[in-house]
Amino acid sequence: MAFYVAQFLTGLASAASLFLVASGLSIIFGVTRIVNFAHGAFYMLGAYVAFTLTEYFSGAFGFWGGIVAAALAVATLGVLVEIVLLRRIYHAPELFQLLATFGLTLMVEDLVVLIWGPSDLLGRRAPGFKGAVDFFGQSLPSYDLFLIVLGPAVLGILWLLFQRTRWGVLVRAATQDRDMVAALGVNQKWLFTSVFAVGVFLAALGGALQIPRDAVNHAMDLRIIVDVFVVVVIGGLGSIFGAFVAAVLVSELNAFGILIFPKISIILVFLVMAVVLIVRPWGLFGKREAPARRTPGLTVNPWRPLTSAERLAVCIALLAAAALPVIGGNYAVTVGSEIAIFVIFAISLHFLMAVGGLASFGHAAYFGLGAYGVAFLAKMAGLPMIACLLLGPLLGCLGAAVFGFFAVQLSGVYFAMLTLAFAQIVWSVAFQWVEVTGGDNGILGVWPERWASSPSHFYWLSLGIAALAAAGLRILVFSPFGFALRAMRDSPLRSEAVGINGKRVQWTAFVISGTVAGVAGALFAYLKGSVFPDNLGIPLSVDALVMVLLGGVETVSGGIVGAIVYKALNIWLVSQTDLSKLVLGGFIVLIVVAFPKGIVGTLEMIRHRHGGGSSEASSETRLMGSRIETAE
Amino acid sequence: MSALPPLLSVEGLTKSYGGVHAVRGVSFELAAGEILALIGPNGAGKSTCFDMLNGQNTPDAGRILLRGEDTTGRPPRAIWRLGVGRTFQITATFPTMTVRENVQVALVSHGRRVFNFFTATQNFAREQAGRLLDLVGMGGYADRPCGELAYGDLKRLELAIALANEPKLLLMDEPTAGMAPRERVELMRLTARIAREQSIGVLFTEHDMDVVFEHADRILVLNRGTLIAQGSPAEVRANREVQAIYLGEGLVYDARHREGAGA
Repeated sequence: MAFYVAQFLTGLASAASLFLVASGLSIIFGVTRIVNFAHGAFYMLGAYVAFTLTEYFSGAFGFWGGIVAAALAVATLGVLVEIVLLRRIYHAPELFQLLATFGLTLMVEDLVVLIWGPSDLLGRRAPGFKGAVDFFGQSLPSYDLFLIVLGPAVLGILWLLFQRTRWGVLVRAATQDRDMVAALGVNQKWLFTSVFAVGVFLAALGGALQIPRDAVNHAMDLRIIVDVFVVVVIGGLGSIFGAFVAAVLVSELNAFGILIFPKISIILVFLVMAVVLIVRPWGLFGKREAPARRTPGLTVNPWRPLTSAERLAVCIALLAAAALPVIGGNYAVTVGSEIAIFVIFAISLHFLMAVGGLASFGHAAYFGLGAYGVAFLAKMAGLPMIACLLLGPLLGCLGAAVFGFFAVQLSGVYFAMLTLAFAQIVWSVAFQWVEVTGGDNGILGVWPERWASSPSHFYWLSLGIAALAAAGLRILVFSPFGFALRAMRDSPLRSEAVGINGKRVQWTAFVISGTVAGVAGALFAYLKGSVFPDNLGIPLSVDALVMVLLGGVETVSGGIVGAIVYKALNIWLVSQTDLSKLVLGGFIVLIVVAFPKGIVGTLEMIRHRHGGGSSEASSETRLMGSRIETAE
Repeated sequence: MSALPPLLSVEGLTKSYGGVHAVRGVSFELAAGEILALIGPNGAGKSTCFDMLNGQNTPDAGRILLRGEDTTGRPPRAIWRLGVGRTFQITATFPTMTVRENVQVALVSHGRRVFNFFTATQNFAREQAGRLLDLVGMGGYADRPCGELAYGDLKRLELAIALANEPKLLLMDEPTAGMAPRERVELMRLTARIAREQSIGVLFTEHDMDVVFEHADRILVLNRGTLIAQGSPAEVRANREVQAIYLGEGLVYDARHREGAGA
């Protein structure tokens, strides 16, 4: 019994940090509507800075002072980021801020390695809480007890802050209706900045407080950000109390999951999140979101099928791409195959996001399922390659059919989080069901047959399938189904009122998208000759998101360009520099600030302007800037 | 035996939220080609009534019969399939499409072609969409992006969309809200003309009494969830209860307003 109580208390202690970080994310989202992907990076920075400060200053004052100073320093950095970067993109298309903060995360990951080195750092024990307390024969670190008290204390302070101060009232008002708060004469800029500062302070404090418990390393940002997303979604976005309850719930699930369900311990949390989202779509303590007002002045030019001249240009580009094996060596051709495969993957997600308005955060699940489908069929059933390529993606189709059914019941951030949860579940199954999937060792030896085995043949195969997929999805966009899907994205109310069964349309789109992603995964398995759980991991899902947003989510075919640019740059940078993440992150941030409509979206805008007569290159950014200012 | 059942027949419609009786035992009928106005002060239960008729809300009690068929509790899309078109108080259209495409989407759905994946929508029912746009006077705007339209034009586009399924009944929630006075009159004249020509029954809620008394064949007056009067504009105008509860000051103001405008 005492053991279980001790385990429970350990869980509570872990909840403290999680709650700090999650409440910060929740506050920031509530007011600014930014899903701050960099929150994990701020958490990590808090830990690193606290490590340095507590090593440098000795004594109890040095330690506690160092912790608080670290959080303050990182919060200052957060303010800088908000002013320099985020202020420019509050009115960019939804989720574009996610891309920017993802770029920041990439940069921070390389920067901490540059400054603090790649190895784990063990922090100092907290003065006054160095020992352990004996608890009916179980020893509990006294620092854990401190954290158990700290969690509710911070909750109380935040509650007072929000209920009893003028600033808190403004923040709560802005969470409900930020346009109205701005209309009432509140300086929105500084309200957003202060909210961001408080949120980042909480994240950094959460990181700093972890140093006596855990080693500091440069991968802790991604680990925490996933947990924090889960906490915030279970608790309900924007609810501090919900974040607290969910942090405790998640920490206890982690603490006891290993004891009770060792086999499924990793996915337990995601299972709970999936169930919560299906039963209570806005989280335990969240409220149904009022539909967002459309940003004024953001008229989108209606999509047009390609003109015959444009079709000709596309054909020429395709021919040029097909000539790659003539010019380039084997390495270039293999890279070309990989890019072609990622084009397929990116356009599958682009179809869902741009046409359907459904941003899947776990699209790698269907990519990976397609890859595993091929591996099973090739290695276990021994089917020929053609059969594998045709049947393998069906596993992705099946996964999309099952998960998509639940996911399309939700929308917006909640849809994104549920898809993320499903992807994590699939990943965990692949990781832990060692007998079937080989676990971490993957499935090896999935090689293409002779006719497709040379790099150039495989490249042509991939390119051909990519072209077919792109053409097929484009036809779909302009088909009646595509219009119904866009109708659902534009106005669910009107769609329903003209007899469209929106959920069925969205579900169908989800299945189509998942199947195409599965095709990409199937090809990828043959390209690499192996399948690993990484093929369905979160980093791959994020890659897909970045490719789509980079290309432009308001365009018909932005995914193609986004995939080519991102993948080529990624591969090239990794071969050129050890700091590839820093450069890539910087590039993404630059793109976001300079071209908030994505690459293709920006090109289209320039073309429209040229049609209108004006041709000044720099008017681009000026127009964008003035629009954002008027919108504010 | 009996004649054709009325186009719309509402029997004892009731809905409460918590302890508040939003709508209590509302019953009325609507004939084909008739224009019926549902009026009442704010909070009278007009919107709740409306939402139950178009399927966005389920009544606690009572029935809604469309040509004798019970539609109570069916979702909006099923009610649309039975020949009910509707417009919203705040227009709901598809801003990223052109004006014509907006109508084409409704036609696609009406023709049950939503799950057609291969043909180009561009040419789908193009003439029919053009005719509908001409009918509401929007023919010249067919290729304009819907997101650029002025509000009055959006209202007319919505009417074209609502007419796409050749409806027998039109439900219009405050059709002239947010419009300039001249646009109001034009939109209602247009609606009335279409209703008479195609023998469509129209039920609309409205705050502007000029619009109501000029265009409605019959008026229902709702107050605190119950129907306190119904009849021709003249009857309703003469009704003491209506004057006391609802119209009183409004009429005085309106009359003065009209004199001023006429001078």
